[in-house]
Amino acid sequence: MLSNIALYGAIETGLIYGLVAFGIYLSFRVLDFPDLTVDGSFPLGAAVAAILIIDGWNPWLATGCAVMAGMAAGAVTALLNVKLKILNLLASILTMIALYSVNLRIMGRPNVALLTEETVLTPWYDLDLAFHQVPVLLFIIVVFVALILLWRFMKSETGLAMRATGANARMARAQGIATGAMIVLGVAVSNGLVGLAGALFAQSQGAADVTMGVGVIVIGLASLIGGEAVVTPSTVLRALIACVVGAIIYRLAIAFALNADFLGLQAQDLNLITAVLVTLAIVLPGVRTSIANRLTRSKA
Amino acid sequence: MISATDLRLTFGKGTPLENPALRGMSLTVNQGEFVTVIGSNGAGKSTFLNALAGEVLVDSGQIIVDNQNVTKLPTHKRAGRVARVFQDPLAGTCEGLTIEENLALAIKRGQRRGLTSAVKKQYMDKFKDSLSSLNLGLEKRLGDKMGLLSGGQRQAVSLLMASLTPSSILLLDEHTAALDPKTAAFVLELTTRIIKEQKLTALMVTHSMKQALEVGDRTVMLHQGQVVFDIEGKDREGLEVKDLLGLFEKQRGLEVDDDSLLLG
Repeated sequence: MLSNIALYGAIETGLIYGLVAFGIYLSFRVLDFPDLTVDGSFPLGAAVAAILIIDGWNPWLATGCAVMAGMAAGAVTALLNVKLKILNLLASILTMIALYSVNLRIMGRPNVALLTEETVLTPWYDLDLAFHQVPVLLFIIVVFVALILLWRFMKSETGLAMRATGANARMARAQGIATGAMIVLGVAVSNGLVGLAGALFAQSQGAADVTMGVGVIVIGLASLIGGEAVVTPSTVLRALIACVVGAIIYRLAIAFALNADFLGLQAQDLNLITAVLVTLAIVLPGVRTSIANRLTRSKA
Repeated sequence: MISATDLRLTFGKGTPLENPALRGMSLTVNQGEFVTVIGSNGAGKSTFLNALAGEVLVDSGQIIVDNQNVTKLPTHKRAGRVARVFQDPLAGTCEGLTIEENLALAIKRGQRRGLTSAVKKQYMDKFKDSLSSLNLGLEKRLGDKMGLLSGGQRQAVSLLMASLTPSSILLLDEHTAALDPKTAAFVLELTTRIIKEQKLTALMVTHSMKQALEVGDRTVMLHQGQVVFDIEGKDREGLEVKDLLGLFEKQRGLEVDDDSLLLG
């Protein structure tokens, strides 16, 4: 079965993808803006953080810059949609494609190693913890802070205006909400979170790679949908908790699938398993209701 | 006060579907006036309301609200002066948000929104007071999702939301048309009560000539993107639907063939 290291590793990446799921919740659910920019902003965050860390910057400062870079990428997507009237999905694909070149330019090569550099994790290794527990502890703190900040924001006047923009834009305009500005802000924050996830991922994995963004959107969506199936997202707080729970469950499921020798699965089957898990997460809640209906009907 | 002067707007200009919706529409509504607007399908009623709200920008003409020229301003920049209730009961509220969150959105209409908590304790008394005036028991359901309410209840809340903060004009776009007769009567009664109590300036579009004469203190009829007649005061008193039709035919020298105008 799963070794201790694999278990902690799954939780560690799960926490990082929890941040991605926050971002995807913001764009897909709150703003109803299907945004694929994340496949580019995840490696963008990693690239910016990695290059600045190699340059000798403070790793937290470098991570902050990664967040800003992610936000800028999101703002570009949103502006393409709001100002130039390009379909939201297409606008995000354009930014995503452009970011591939941008990321190569930033790094100057396809990947940058960070193994010997000082990262945000370095000081935490002095604690009396096993090496595979350290990232989990730090990322729990980061995800918790992000969750609280996002939750408070969604409950604020501006956050409420953003939720109204996604739910009923015509009503939002009639209430004096600048819906275009809300979309730009929301998609920027969303990609800022994904940039943060990319920066942390590069630092915990010890490298930034230009291809590391492939499929991030699907994993994020899988986490979001899976989480919603487990934790009913009836309030903002529950929806945010669902993101983290979904991401961790997803990574654990992947880890179990790859570790279960009798299944004969290998690392290259990852994307296939992802597709199957996403399908299950979408279909299962419906199956559950229909079974429940059948049970209550037979009782009556 | 709101005044529209010579508004012109053509949809699909230069295409085979070219449709001149407003053809020199002019109307001035004075402070405290409650004007009802009638007209057949395609007369330009909804376009006129959309033009006043900013949802569509006119090709030419001028819209002045309280001495400010708003002709070129988008909807959200006019929202502080222009309040609105839509025809679709689902359009005026957000079903995914709670009743109190919807009201909190409305209480900041046209104002800056910051990072402080949206649903504030000091709003609660005002929210409960105005909801209890509906006699629907909604004051006890502030935390319920809007989507749990019926169409009529949602339209009543939309109306409250539109009157929660002061406005220069309240636009009502056939806001009872999608409701069953009993609920429509309730929402209409609520409308006249709120307009009277708060001395609001209002423009109500309606499909029913009867309704147009029963409420408000002035009636305007639109036809082909223009005002064809405008009656108030003594001329309007005791007027019946058939008198309106007679007036219309006299003005235009036309037969009214739109059944929807005769019904209701």
